[in-house]
Amino acid sequence: MAGIPEFDVELVRKDFPILDRVVHGDKPLVYLDSAATSQKPRAVLDAEREYYELHNANVHRGIHALAEEATALYEAARDKVAAFIGAPDRHEVVFTKNSSEALNLVAYAFSNAAAFGAEAERFRLGPGDEVVITEMEHHSNLVPWQMLCQRTGATLRWLGLTDDGRLDLSNLDEVINPRTKVVSFVHQSNILGTVNPVETIAARAREVGALTVADGSQSVPHLPVDVARLGVDFFAFTGHKMCGPTGIGVLWGRRELLEVMPPFLGGGEMIELVTMEESTYAPPPHRFEAGTPMIAQAVGLGTAVDYLTGLAGGAGMAAVAAHEHALTAYALERLVEVPGLRIIGPAEPVDRGGAISFLLAGKDGRPIHPHDVGQVLDEQGIAVRVGHHCARPVCLRYGVPATTRASFHLYTTTGEIDALVEGLAGVRRFFGA
Amino acid sequence: MKLDSMYQEIILDHYRNPHHRGLREPFDAEVHHVNPTCGDEVTVRVKIVDDTVADVSYEGEGCSISQASASVMTDLVIGRSVEDAMTLEREFLALMQSRGTVEPDEDVLEDAVAFAGVSKYPARVKCALLGWMAWKDATAQVVDGSPAGAAAVASRPLEAGSVPEQEKQA
Repeated sequence: MAGIPEFDVELVRKDFPILDRVVHGDKPLVYLDSAATSQKPRAVLDAEREYYELHNANVHRGIHALAEEATALYEAARDKVAAFIGAPDRHEVVFTKNSSEALNLVAYAFSNAAAFGAEAERFRLGPGDEVVITEMEHHSNLVPWQMLCQRTGATLRWLGLTDDGRLDLSNLDEVINPRTKVVSFVHQSNILGTVNPVETIAARAREVGALTVADGSQSVPHLPVDVARLGVDFFAFTGHKMCGPTGIGVLWGRRELLEVMPPFLGGGEMIELVTMEESTYAPPPHRFEAGTPMIAQAVGLGTAVDYLTGLAGGAGMAAVAAHEHALTAYALERLVEVPGLRIIGPAEPVDRGGAISFLLAGKDGRPIHPHDVGQVLDEQGIAVRVGHHCARPVCLRYGVPATTRASFHLYTTTGEIDALVEGLAGVRRFFGA
Repeated sequence: MKLDSMYQEIILDHYRNPHHRGLREPFDAEVHHVNPTCGDEVTVRVKIVDDTVADVSYEGEGCSISQASASVMTDLVIGRSVEDAMTLEREFLALMQSRGTVEPDEDVLEDAVAFAGVSKYPARVKCALLGWMAWKDATAQVVDGSPAGAAAVASRPLEAGSVPEQEKQA
């Protein structure tokens, strides 16, 4: 991409202390499991420690100095996240513990709507209504909707997959139809790497009056994301995959929807007035943040956002995306050179991110199980993920029990991809009959 | 090389040429066990005659450790009294939970001693136990009285607590 300042990956790596470590005695760590969780830059670790050392107090209560500092830091993190994803309004950013909780929050709002007045009409669901997901969802954007359909009697439907790992949109207008009340789909697949056409799906959902939810767990850490431009109603993502701490996630939602959406968890902080008989609820985002929130983690996430935004002289996520695009193209090219290797997912570096799933067969043509692939790679210091990646229906769709997945991030180098390719040759030697 | 302690030649032999594989008739109980975090699956059938394990047959999909362990298990339990086979299962479980601290008795565990190295890898212990736990479940169903019908068919994930909890990842 033109106009993006030099992205110096070696300089970036110096910000991540863990990348210096060795495993299994003397093997330099080759961390290719960032889709599971990213590593953390020193700035994020320092921010959390500094929060606890200097400012720790509970937020939104108490009038002492520390309470005010803690509240200001927590709310500043909300501002940073809002700006990072192009949210038109800071009140649209709800902190959750992770993407799963954010997605469940929306799914439970539909369940809870039965007990609410006319303002919650758009969240009412019952027999005859349809919920649409896709076959490439992470279980966290699949199971909550199955559970919702079980509770309400609504019907679960889904968009299928093509043989080359993309959404099959040939029957989009049939699957998303006037009976559809909500469409929830992944922006970038954690197992296939596919980047889905969010705007196309959202446009069809709007035509039929359905609400839309996008799971951005794997996109926000790797691509510039502008929620307003994507045209969805809700957008979920998690902090720990974008260089932030674990225990903090985000639900973004359009304000007019959050204002009428039934709350998920009840408790302190989410209320307005409470009597023994009933309660009224706070406006968003606090309406959805019951209890003491993850304060230090929010501060850490805010720092992660600052870190990502400031990369490559302020090019930020555009530079990260360009770096990862080059890595993905290089990896796809190198991996097809490995005898017996078959990629599950798009084979071209077009509309796909740096999470590459594959199968490996031995010299005798027999498949080498991903567990065995991962074990032998680990012995060489190479960390990959094996299994069904919390997306078992994808494995069923492609008739495989599991895959090996290598996934990249801003600190990944082409040298590490070379190490993977060499490691895979070692796996084939080890299991050679 | 540390890997060799896990992938002993005995294990790789059983993996490449599994014993007693394939589902056979007759059987008294059939179970299907899965390892939810990695997708390994095994179906095990048992036939018990006069308190003796007359046959164990299985079909499954999984890594070399899980498949080889199922193969070794059938060698060990077929032809034994249910009581002796259950004792073996407890021995093997103890070995797998030992994190490499137990010196296995080859006279008792025979080829299964090869899995001692696996016990040092917590993520793989449940692979080695998958076939054994399925066999134990199926056998217990026969011995304790199976549900209606000649063959009890059950499906359940690995028992909680039988193996170290594994992390799940996105």
